Amino acid sequence: MSKLKRRIGRWVPGLLLVSPSLVLLGVFVYGFIGWNIKISVTDWKGQLETDNYVGLFWYKQLFADETFHNDARNLLIFTLVFILGSMSVGLLLALLMDKGVRGENILRSIYLFPMGISFIATGIVWRWLLNSDPGEGTTGVNDLLGLVGVHSDWHKSDSQWAIAAIALPAGWALSGYVMALFLAGLRGIPDELREAARVDGATEFRVYWHVVRPMMYPVLMSALVILAHISLKTFDLIYAIAPLDPRTETPAIFMYLTAFRGNFYARGAAIATLLFFAIAVVIVPYIWYSIRKERTAR
Amino acid sequence: MTRIFRNLVLFAFAIFFLMPVYVLLVTAFKSPGEVDVVHMWTLPKSLSFDSFSLVWPKLQNGMVNSLMLAIPASVISSLLGAANGFVLAKWRFPGADVVFPVILFGMFIPYQAVIIPMSGLMTDIGLKGGLDGLILIHIIYGLPITTLIFRNYYIGLSEEVIEAARVDGAGMLRTFAYIALPLGLPAFAVAMIWQFTSAWNDFLFGVIMTRTEFWPVTVALNNVAGAQTVPFNQAMASAFLASIPTLLVYLLLGRFFMRGLMAGALKG
Amino acid sequence: MSALAVLPACSNSGGETKPDEKKVEVFSWWSGPGEAEGLDALIANFKQSNAGVEFVNAAVAGGSGTQAKQVLSDRMRNNQPPDSYQLHAGLEAADDIKAGWLEDLTGLYESNGWKSKFPAGLIEKLSISGKIYAVPVNIHRSNLMFFSPKKLAEWGIAAPAKTWTEFLAQAETLKAKNVKALSVGATWTQLHLLENVLLGELGTAKYNGLWDGKTDWKGADVVAALDTFKKILDVSVVGTDDWQPTIDKVLAGTAAYNVMGDWAAGYLQGAKALKYKDGYDVVASPGSTGVYNFLADSFTLPKNAPHKTYAEAWLKLCASPAGQDLFNPKKGSVPARLDSDKSKYTDYLGWALSQWQDTKTVVVGSLVHGVVANNSWKSEIEKAYGVFFTGKDSAKFAASVSAAYAANK
Repeated sequence: MSKLKRRIGRWVPGLLLVSPSLVLLGVFVYGFIGWNIKISVTDWKGQLETDNYVGLFWYKQLFADETFHNDARNLLIFTLVFILGSMSVGLLLALLMDKGVRGENILRSIYLFPMGISFIATGIVWRWLLNSDPGEGTTGVNDLLGLVGVHSDWHKSDSQWAIAAIALPAGWALSGYVMALFLAGLRGIPDELREAARVDGATEFRVYWHVVRPMMYPVLMSALVILAHISLKTFDLIYAIAPLDPRTETPAIFMYLTAFRGNFYARGAAIATLLFFAIAVVIVPYIWYSIRKERTAR
Repeated sequence: MTRIFRNLVLFAFAIFFLMPVYVLLVTAFKSPGEVDVVHMWTLPKSLSFDSFSLVWPKLQNGMVNSLMLAIPASVISSLLGAANGFVLAKWRFPGADVVFPVILFGMFIPYQAVIIPMSGLMTDIGLKGGLDGLILIHIIYGLPITTLIFRNYYIGLSEEVIEAARVDGAGMLRTFAYIALPLGLPAFAVAMIWQFTSAWNDFLFGVIMTRTEFWPVTVALNNVAGAQTVPFNQAMASAFLASIPTLLVYLLLGRFFMRGLMAGALKG
Repeated sequence: MSALAVLPACSNSGGETKPDEKKVEVFSWWSGPGEAEGLDALIANFKQSNAGVEFVNAAVAGGSGTQAKQVLSDRMRNNQPPDSYQLHAGLEAADDIKAGWLEDLTGLYESNGWKSKFPAGLIEKLSISGKIYAVPVNIHRSNLMFFSPKKLAEWGIAAPAKTWTEFLAQAETLKAKNVKALSVGATWTQLHLLENVLLGELGTAKYNGLWDGKTDWKGADVVAALDTFKKILDVSVVGTDDWQPTIDKVLAGTAAYNVMGDWAAGYLQGAKALKYKDGYDVVASPGSTGVYNFLADSFTLPKNAPHKTYAEAWLKLCASPAGQDLFNPKKGSVPARLDSDKSKYTDYLGWALSQWQDTKTVVVGSLVHGVVANNSWKSEIEKAYGVFFTGKDSAKFAASVSAAYAANK
């Protein structure tokens, strides 16, 4: 047997094992992205598919569309608030729990379980909790804030920041998961490393900063990927809390409404295509970077 | 002192996380006339299980369908993810570094954008209407994240274990089945939790891809809310009932879940 | 994938007609309180007169009707039609007709003599290019203003406002008492208010003209009406809740009035156990006395319906006086037919029925509930409203709506 043949013999079974997944994802992900691109340059409007080529008509329309600008802005704010919020809450909880607390298992389950509940189920509750009526009619979270004397209007009806309030339920659902990630990361650091630093006379803060922090970057990165994909896909939540509301509309909602409510299927496909590109621009460099780093580390 | 403070903060967060559940439950126990947004925090005047017994018959069929759907979808998707993860981490082939991001990108697909071509395709291949087609769809869209979980998990696995198997002359499938799979149990907990949750909570695929008798519980849940008038107490009671299976999965797999995370599943 | 092979193969082949199968599938968005009971009553009656026929009740609720529409469009596009599906009567059906999805039911109307059984104004609104494609089961009214008579008296308001000008004057009185004049909630309830402000300010002729191009949206009168709408929002409590918590504010006394369709009467009498004229009262929204801004749920016959015979039996039941009188008291709406049993309709519904059957009543159609605009134009109006709500520019909104009409008529 030649060397080359043996090498091929080694990697062919692996390739075979992966290939069904690749074929399926090829169709259900890349094929459907292709479908969206194709539809986005046609004039399909109304229930019956039409395929007259209109070039970049829908894209040009979208770039000039105030609603689309508003939605893109909302998505950006939502993503930032949601990711930063969930990250900080998750990290804070993990740091507090790292040393061990009584009832850790119960606490951990409480923090984690919101992830398991769909927003079809909790949408109504959150709608109530985020209720923004002024004065006497105040309910929900504002009611609680009122108890400690801060009646906030950050999610008041005419606020441009209502979308940021949506990050609250989204963060509620996922910061427990981020906590679990960080906690696992913290626990994964060998005690000897921290001890060694302490023996050298480092303060607790310096131990965290110089020993723990660098080791948490991989966890941070994977939490980022998880949160980013949830953020871009967030749909049920917003739709359940405030359908048709411009203050909380994101491109994903716009796409759904314009395609399935207005039958502007080509416009919907154009929005989807733009979303894919936006995702690719953010995600591809990240994946490329992390794989390269992994390789140099190996 | 710091210890008390620490516990206090953790306790406050626990209260915050339980807040929606509190509202959900007290509302579920209220009578229709008592339900009022302004008084959402107040306890019900009397404890009535009426809402629960009223909605249960409406949810029953959907619960069964969702179980029939979520269990195979999460198990098969995790198995395939384990195989992919194993190959990409330990049995690499030229181009594996390209294949991984190609799989991972599927995670970011907004589902509303694929529903039309998917429905057409499923109709053409005769898989639309039943649970089998829906299971297939959940398996496929679960592949990116399960692959990610297992790849990151197996990367941390020591090379020597694999090499030893290789020296013994074990092929890839045998190494995977007898060594990697048993070692991968903690990662299974992580993958299953994700997959069970997303299959159980899905509404869009379920309502479009199946016929009435196979609708998952989320469709029934959505229908309790009604088109015009929402019976809030019943809606909340059904929301609670429909969440029980995922809660059970969390409690059952919770311990393995942390172990899986600690062993490196989902470490960038 | 081998694991999939062991699962039961339970998929649709779809598309072919099955005239011998004893089955009928009816697609609707009725699953909530009232509506589900009404539908169940119809189903029970259907089963009685069509013994042995399996009835599949395919109901998808929620999402402002979008979810149901999405499921339905998907089935129609993939040639898996139900035997009958629900639509709002009017131009909501336009796209489906254009796509060739619906059977023309004019023949069914003629052979059963239905044309004379429904008000002429309704038949006119139901017809698209002279053909009728749907059978109306019920009539709801959009232009209603709800209030609490006791509270109104307490605040020193003798009678509910008859015009929007009077309403704004009352708002001043109410402001002094720290009460908002109106409560309005989620976006669709704002649009619901908007259509009735336009109706009240412009009158029926110009209101109708808004939807067929005869009234210029950019005209000074329309822009003035939009400005009035903004003034109304200014004296209202504008929330984000759906209509139920929003009307609760009227009961609580936070707001004096609420403009909502007559399903609200069912909620107030049912869940809230209030008496008509005592716990709550209702009049036509300002400026629309004697006008019935209607919406109607109706059923259709899709092309290639697999069980056409039973589908027609279903439509006949929906159109019959017996069927309408079974359904409507439960749903909280009035029958579309003129010869229904009046004794079954009491309290609000008694008043509503007498208004509906009064020959002097002018019938106009609702925008929000699918009567006067096709889906594309309507969704563009909703989109433009989003910009209007944040920017408050009446002229710009009018121009967007007008442009969208030209592009989507």
